[in-house]
Amino acid sequence: MLNWPRIRSLLPGAARAEPPGPVDEAALHALTAQLDETARTRLGRSLAIRHVNTGSCNGCELEIRALNGVIYDLARFGLRFVDSPRHADVLLVTGPLTHNLRQALVQAYDATPNPKWVVAMGDCAVDGGVFKGSYAVLGGAGMGVPIDLMIHGCPPSPARILSELRVLLELAAS
Amino acid sequence: MTGRALARIQSAPMEPCQPWPRYVLTWEDWAELAGLLADDALILLAVWADTGHVHALLDDPVSGTIVPISVGVQGGSYPALSAYWPVAIWFERMIHDLWGHAALGGAELVPWLDHGHWPVTQPMASRPGPPIRAPEPPVFQEIPGDGLIQWPIGPVGPGVGEAAHLRLTLQGETIVHAQARFGYTHKGTLTMMRGKPIRTAARFAARLAGDSTVAHSTAFAMAAEAALGVTVPPRAAALRELMGGLERIATHLDILGSVAELLGAAAVHGLCGLRQEHLRRAMAAGFGHRLLMDCVVPGGVAGDLEAAAVVTVRSALEALRAVLPGLRAMHIGNVLAARLNGLGSVDAARRTDPSINTATCGDAATRAMARLDAITADITALMPLLDALPEGALAVSLPSVSGEGLARSVSARGDVWHWLRLDHGQVAAVFPRDPGWALWPAVEMALCGAAADDAAVICCSLGLAASVVDL
Ligand code: SF4
Repeated sequence: MLNWPRIRSLLPGAARAEPPGPVDEAALHALTAQLDETARTRLGRSLAIRHVNTGSCNGCELEIRALNGVIYDLARFGLRFVDSPRHADVLLVTGPLTHNLRQALVQAYDATPNPKWVVAMGDCAVDGGVFKGSYAVLGGAGMGVPIDLMIHGCPPSPARILSELRVLLELAAS
Repeated sequence: MTGRALARIQSAPMEPCQPWPRYVLTWEDWAELAGLLADDALILLAVWADTGHVHALLDDPVSGTIVPISVGVQGGSYPALSAYWPVAIWFERMIHDLWGHAALGGAELVPWLDHGHWPVTQPMASRPGPPIRAPEPPVFQEIPGDGLIQWPIGPVGPGVGEAAHLRLTLQGETIVHAQARFGYTHKGTLTMMRGKPIRTAARFAARLAGDSTVAHSTAFAMAAEAALGVTVPPRAAALRELMGGLERIATHLDILGSVAELLGAAAVHGLCGLRQEHLRRAMAAGFGHRLLMDCVVPGGVAGDLEAAAVVTVRSALEALRAVLPGLRAMHIGNVLAARLNGLGSVDAARRTDPSINTATCGDAATRAMARLDAITADITALMPLLDALPEGALAVSLPSVSGEGLARSVSARGDVWHWLRLDHGQVAAVFPRDPGWALWPAVEMALCGAAADDAAVICCSLGLAASVVDL
């Protein structure tokens, strides 16, 4: 795990972590209603996230990398990226769901232990975005696996992604 | 010196593609040409199609001329270029999967973008077919030898990256062969663009790749403007140049930072991330989008850069310029340099394609230096531009006429080309050519001989994108 506070202190110029904004109340309520008690306990105060690209243009990935970097410092909230769906609590899906990647998404989903959450990040993953209706695209990630949280934007800004992901953490605390 | 192939081409009938005329060759001339191209040292940048023709884009490095050529498709086929020209292989497979035209006498037309999952076959053909085959796993060339292990990476690989499939053949820890398979992120972009008004189609050009959205939007817009014979106002042209430079700088920083992250060089990772974030916020403040998506539109630019935002952009660039010597030092003579030296060499001598950015040649250490040089050069070019932005209109309206155009812009990966034909203001045919078409084969080359554990760093150092070749 990267120790961003220490690295920030070594960098030239005054680098500060982005102050966390408010958590989206509406999304929190909607999710609380969905989740049962056991799932909430399992979720805990830390979440392992596995990114799954289902046909992205790589714009969403640019913002995920920013999120994981020195300014947004995901780790301070207990959020971290993992390389295998087997170690993940959350699948963060980007891109319209292409026919050619549907199977890969389903496999990643099946490999993720329960309870698990799927976050559709970006307009493409929400409903296919501009690619909706193409012969090569099924639509959003929901056409392959059940979705728990949607983050709109093309691509959503790191601040927005962060505040939405923190909804999942708040759930655990509630 | 104009060689035989070029002389032959230029005696063929011309179509008015702006600003480079397109030569329509007979079947015989095209077939013979394939053999002559190699002698003439002409560079094949792209091969693509429409419903009745196959087109190719040639670059004559001697005269600096760009030469689009075409051949009519007869009985569903055309003479292959791949028999002489290996770079044509992926294009010919792509053409077969999308339009159904078969390259005669070329490399085997194994399915490329079409993995058998689509509800249609040959979606770009005038009459697309029904699905005919069951989905099948990708076919890879068998590499003979004792004790070799196959190591598949992707399409959903570790890390936050591209969805492509790499099949590595390992002897012990060493990669002896690498093959890439594409098509996973195929979104039917060309069908989505076809038949759309220019402005609508531009949104798809902007989404070929997030890391080069300005470059693709600009090449697309310029091709449309060439076809329609319009010139954008000086302020729009200057803002495009500015946005293109900002995008390249941010992309280079992203690549440098990601490579450093993989190698655990946290200070470089942090510094690149910090400066990139500063820049992206300035981009958002100036143009309304962190990646500048949809900010370049056919006819001009979507919004103006206010005087206050000029200051913000300048200060982000100045802050970056101030840390460049430090970043450079961190790349020389320490742990990072030791890891990057000799890693994933792309032999410059074998790099015959001028469209690839020099930042992708040499080993990973050379590439990192080249990216730092490119950042310096872009900052140097952008500062005077910021000081003297021309006043005036941001866009011109586009006439609803017909025409054909070709244009180039520069991304962090190298030259981006867009060709298009407009029919009364709507896109009748289009093809975007990203340098990724030349870069991915270079990856296969760069991985050979490397340690398996270094594959991720090598791929990352090349700044690849799957979406641009998957279309
Ligand atoms: S939402 Fe936008 S940025 Fe994200 S993958 Fe889709 S087109 Fe690219």
